[in-house]
Amino acid sequence: MRKALAVARKEFRQIVRDTRTLTILLVVPVFFLLLYGYALNFDIRHVRLAIDDRDHTVASRSLVAAFVNSGYFDLVASITDADTNRLMDRNDVRAILVIPSGLGRAVRTAHPVAVQVLLNGDNANTATTVMGYALTIIRSESVRYAPARAAPVVTVEPRIWYNPQLRSTLFLVPGLIAYITMITAVVSTALSIVREKERGTMEQVRMAPVDTAAFVVGKTVPYFVISFVSASVIIVASMLLFGMPMRGSWGLLMLAVSLFLVGALGLGLLISSAAETQQVAFQLAMLASFLPTFILSGFIFPISSMPRFLQVITYAIPARYFLTALRAIVLKGARLDAFWMELVALAVFATVVLTLAAVRLRRQWT
Amino acid sequence: MTAGERTMSAISVSGLTKRFGDFVAVDRLTFDVREGEIFGFLGSNGAGKSTTIRMLCGLLTPTSGDATVGGVDVSRDPEGVKRRIGYMSQRFSLYERLTVDQNITFFGGIYGLAGDRLAARRRFVVDMAGLQGREQTRAADLAGGWRQRLALGCAILHEPPIVFLDEPTGGVDPVSRREFWNLIDQLSGSGVTVLVTTHYLDEAEHCHRVAIIHAGRLAAIGTTAELKRVFADRAIVEVHAANPIEAMRRLDDMPEIEKTSVFGTAVHAVLKPGVTGVAPAIKARLEQAGVPVASIAPVEPSLEDVFLEVAESASMATKA
Repeated sequence: MRKALAVARKEFRQIVRDTRTLTILLVVPVFFLLLYGYALNFDIRHVRLAIDDRDHTVASRSLVAAFVNSGYFDLVASITDADTNRLMDRNDVRAILVIPSGLGRAVRTAHPVAVQVLLNGDNANTATTVMGYALTIIRSESVRYAPARAAPVVTVEPRIWYNPQLRSTLFLVPGLIAYITMITAVVSTALSIVREKERGTMEQVRMAPVDTAAFVVGKTVPYFVISFVSASVIIVASMLLFGMPMRGSWGLLMLAVSLFLVGALGLGLLISSAAETQQVAFQLAMLASFLPTFILSGFIFPISSMPRFLQVITYAIPARYFLTALRAIVLKGARLDAFWMELVALAVFATVVLTLAAVRLRRQWT
Repeated sequence: MTAGERTMSAISVSGLTKRFGDFVAVDRLTFDVREGEIFGFLGSNGAGKSTTIRMLCGLLTPTSGDATVGGVDVSRDPEGVKRRIGYMSQRFSLYERLTVDQNITFFGGIYGLAGDRLAARRRFVVDMAGLQGREQTRAADLAGGWRQRLALGCAILHEPPIVFLDEPTGGVDPVSRREFWNLIDQLSGSGVTVLVTTHYLDEAEHCHRVAIIHAGRLAAIGTTAELKRVFADRAIVEVHAANPIEAMRRLDDMPEIEKTSVFGTAVHAVLKPGVTGVAPAIKARLEQAGVPVASIAPVEPSLEDVFLEVAESASMATKA
């Protein structure tokens, strides 16, 4: 164990003197968080709206006001029919509200009347969301004019738990934490061992009476500590910058982060046993951490809508379990009984990769 | 007496073989290295020197054969071997970002040194490598000779009775090489056994005994004087000519000459057994053939002559 300590102390000293690794471990994660946190945003606001008002009555002005006051639309132009194509083609506006003449008279006499909403459908997601906003606004305006009309028998009273404003950042930030932590932990561990292979120091150490376990433990502990600090920094930053709540237990959060990190470090070790150069190690590490964590973890794309065979693959992606646990802890404040299976899965993943890595490294060792 | 001799062997190798698939890297090597001896391992690249060293260090398992290092069987107890040896490779594998002091601390740590013993050994290594006052310098900032001596120091921190040096003088200036060999002499004087590989043949003169390895086999073994005895009945004539290639061609045709080889700007001609005193005649014939000769004289065989001779006959033996 003293020898593991000697390896760990050396590794710490090396990391502290190695500005590049330190940057990868501590600065890049925060940078990623800012970049993705602000750029990756599915909320739609400031939709550029043009109005083609052919009615010019109190009722038509009130409808326009309802759109503007909703906060989702920015009124950029008041136009006539002739401008429609030009504005849409040039993306000057994403939506046009066409109010037919006679709206005012129709609402006074309580006759049904239609208004037209033209939407730019080049981004289907955005168009769907904008259409939803427009329908809601028009419906609530409509109710003001015909309060007496029989209401539908069954109505919906939606209440959204954990994220009432449906802010997509609250959904994305836990994914980001998993994604960033995974990449930095895997890349840094894989590189640190392969670098020793390249420099020949690995061979020198192998000539000493040190067993694989002591070497691996000594190599991993410093990266665990630093990755843990780095993960904590981005978790706290997520709370300060993106208003991520913390509704559950800090202890459980740290437990989940630790289990996830051990698995990630194990994966890094496994890669280092397969790669002989830092370049190959880097590419393997990115391939093994970046894509699966981004695409197959439920970070952005819901696992339940994936084809069956992809869903099966996601069971081998540790970020999948970590994300579920993380969302359960920070957003839902759930107790352990809600996500203990995920923690067990993380522990299993960590055990499997560490064992594989140890076996492979030991085989190379002698 | 036999038992006495055995205890005097620091390294004992018998029929040592290593195969990688169909390729035989080391083929039935047998030799002994005595305690306190500086034993040179000569051979061209790929001859099997490094593979042999790696087996003796417990890093590679032999395919067959036996080897004991410091009395420990390398196949049965590789970890036991590691405790008894020091190893330094041509890469001077230090941690470049760490200081001299931190490198010593680390290597001391993995050899299990601590406290007063580590402090004493640290002083010893710093003094030996001439690094007083540079303890806080990063290894990357040291010049080649210092790095080499620090690497040696780190390899012998735990005072191993046997030290393996794999091409230890590569890429180091001549002055540092000389200083390094002085250190090796001192080590040997204090009873440490040193097995060193090199392809600088002049360095082999520092060794008490050398072994020449060719294509994985032991081609010759002995003191340099003993090895030179392959030329006991054959004289060597060194010819300096303006056109050595042409001179070589002419010399090869002469009946009293066995073979020739290029030596820097000169040509070495090995005469047939028993032939002597023919230098003036050879000179005359060369000049007659239009090859001006600057000088021609019999010379003592160098280790390089021996090496070429031994490698050549080993190749012929392999083919036969």
